[in-house]
Amino acid sequence: MADGDTATQPEGSTNGAAPARGGNPFVPRGVGGDGVGLDPTAPRALHANPSVVGSSQPLAISAGTPSDAPPVLGAGSASVGSPRGKVRIGDRIFLALTRGASGFVVLLVSLVAIFLVVKSLPSILDDKVNFFTSSEWSTTAGNLRFGIAPLLYTTVAISVLAMILAVPTAIGIALFITHYAPKRVARPVAYAIDLLAAIPSIIYGIWGAAVLAPHLAGVQRALYHLGGFPLFKDRNVPTGSLFDGGVVLAIMILPIVTAISRDVFERTPRENIEAALALGSTKWEMIRMAVLPYGRGGVISGAMLGLGRALGETIAVFLILSKVSNFSPSIFSGGETFASKIANSASEFSNPESTGAFIAAGLVLFVLTFVVNAAARMIVNRRKDFT
Amino acid sequence: MAKSIEAKNLNVYYGKFLAVSNVNFTVAPNSVTAFIGPSGCGKSTVLRTINRMHEVIAGATVQGKVLLDGEDIYDDGIDPVAVRRTIGMVFQRPNPFPTMSIYDNVAAGLKLQSGRTRKADLDGVVEKSLRSANLWAEVKDRLSKPGAGLSGGQQQRLCIARAIAVQPDVLLMDEPCSALDPISTMAIEDLIRQLKKDYTIVIVTHNMQQAARISERTAFFNLSATGQPGELVEMGETPKMFTTPTDKRTEDYISGAFG
Repeated sequence: MADGDTATQPEGSTNGAAPARGGNPFVPRGVGGDGVGLDPTAPRALHANPSVVGSSQPLAISAGTPSDAPPVLGAGSASVGSPRGKVRIGDRIFLALTRGASGFVVLLVSLVAIFLVVKSLPSILDDKVNFFTSSEWSTTAGNLRFGIAPLLYTTVAISVLAMILAVPTAIGIALFITHYAPKRVARPVAYAIDLLAAIPSIIYGIWGAAVLAPHLAGVQRALYHLGGFPLFKDRNVPTGSLFDGGVVLAIMILPIVTAISRDVFERTPRENIEAALALGSTKWEMIRMAVLPYGRGGVISGAMLGLGRALGETIAVFLILSKVSNFSPSIFSGGETFASKIANSASEFSNPESTGAFIAAGLVLFVLTFVVNAAARMIVNRRKDFT
Repeated sequence: MAKSIEAKNLNVYYGKFLAVSNVNFTVAPNSVTAFIGPSGCGKSTVLRTINRMHEVIAGATVQGKVLLDGEDIYDDGIDPVAVRRTIGMVFQRPNPFPTMSIYDNVAAGLKLQSGRTRKADLDGVVEKSLRSANLWAEVKDRLSKPGAGLSGGQQQRLCIARAIAVQPDVLLMDEPCSALDPISTMAIEDLIRQLKKDYTIVIVTHNMQQAARISERTAFFNLSATGQPGELVEMGETPKMFTTPTDKRTEDYISGAFG
């Protein structure tokens, strides 16, 4: 194993590096091809998917990889390593390569986790206030007072808001492309969506802050005046609220979710579509009966991939969100996410103690994406007999 | 319940290509009619025009009439969705919904038609349909298990149960046994004989013995050459078709001279 490891490190690192450009339209598509390309006889493919997906967003979801690596490894060694029959040199090399590549990913994730824990632990232990519940953030050496509560809230709120806006839209677009639009319309629409993924996040950030946010002010005012609802309560920033950030993030994750949904919807078996139609279903009923249930796992995977991106998105959020001195749960308030907070404070990484505080924030983000991925997997697995 | 079918001057096109030309036939209620013929002769295409399923394929169109108890299903005011609700279909490959349980598969069509049905009523119909499909005894203890977990023959009977749960007037079967083993085929054939009591059945089959075993009337489709449209050569009582057909082409096909 150690042998294989060193031999295949370059292989592994290409694997790790290429998907890191998670926003590429081609990545999700490729992912869809491998993992979501399930056919009903192979439920395994679907469940292996989140991990494949995960590797395209190292920070976000790669946490899912270790748990999934063993089956892949196991499958390989079971067929190749069987005592009977001649062992061929090609099989041997290939096994070593695949083993090495998978092992490398596991190693990488473990190392990142270890780095985060080791570097942040001293600062967390030195924290004068409760790390989880405090909303203070002061990292003066010798007097560390920092808590992640508002960061966690803002990160989750903005990402969830983005999901709420993006996922239904993405499903709608994917359904339109795959089952409603004529081919000559479907292609350009699909390309346009893919192009959204090619726009760098800095552009989303500057556009969101300078153009979109002022335009959304009216919407916010309207919702605010509906009143009562705690999430709409405060309106303490003119622009740069969580709402603004959520809308921009929704646009940013739209292509990923759309591409994967489109992929699974396209693969709905012809027989199932015909079965539904022959029972006398309308097009919409057919979609509800055959297409959506079939694509469910893939859509969830796509949504989680999008969520992973939203949770970790840094520069766009950093540019859009206004900082506020007093934390408010309202989505019309400003705030900072884990990522934007860390980016914002690069100048404070002057000593290990204060740096450790920020790394601690990073650790929580890491764990958060881990939890999100595990939850998604549980949802997909719960009905695995039915796929 | 069971209704008669009559096709008049039926031409079926895929885009500009004439796939089947000038088909005329009548099917009596409560009978089993078999469509036989070589591959590509348009028998499945004709079958699919009877419940307007061919329209699902882009570019497919029909000229002529298909009368269901005298009513033209291609009339302007007729909704294809409504047609398909009264004319059930069973496909070549068993196609239960993979995401649904056995129970839900059977109930699927019912839920479409009546919106919210009382659970007790639904239970009754599901049981009755599964009994009619000779599947109840095998699945009654695992109704909540996925339909895709059944064997091929059971899946096909599940699909028949699903089709008859909505009490259609006609049941169309497109080579329902071609993916099944002989034992399962026998089970389906027995079932077809029983279902005749309640439904008009039209079955496409490649298996001439099967046509001889189960059908009262047989229609032989053929095409003169590749690229030419398919046509209905001859239709008649099954025993006569298999012993003394009128047309030379039928005789050649039946006797194995080609096909």
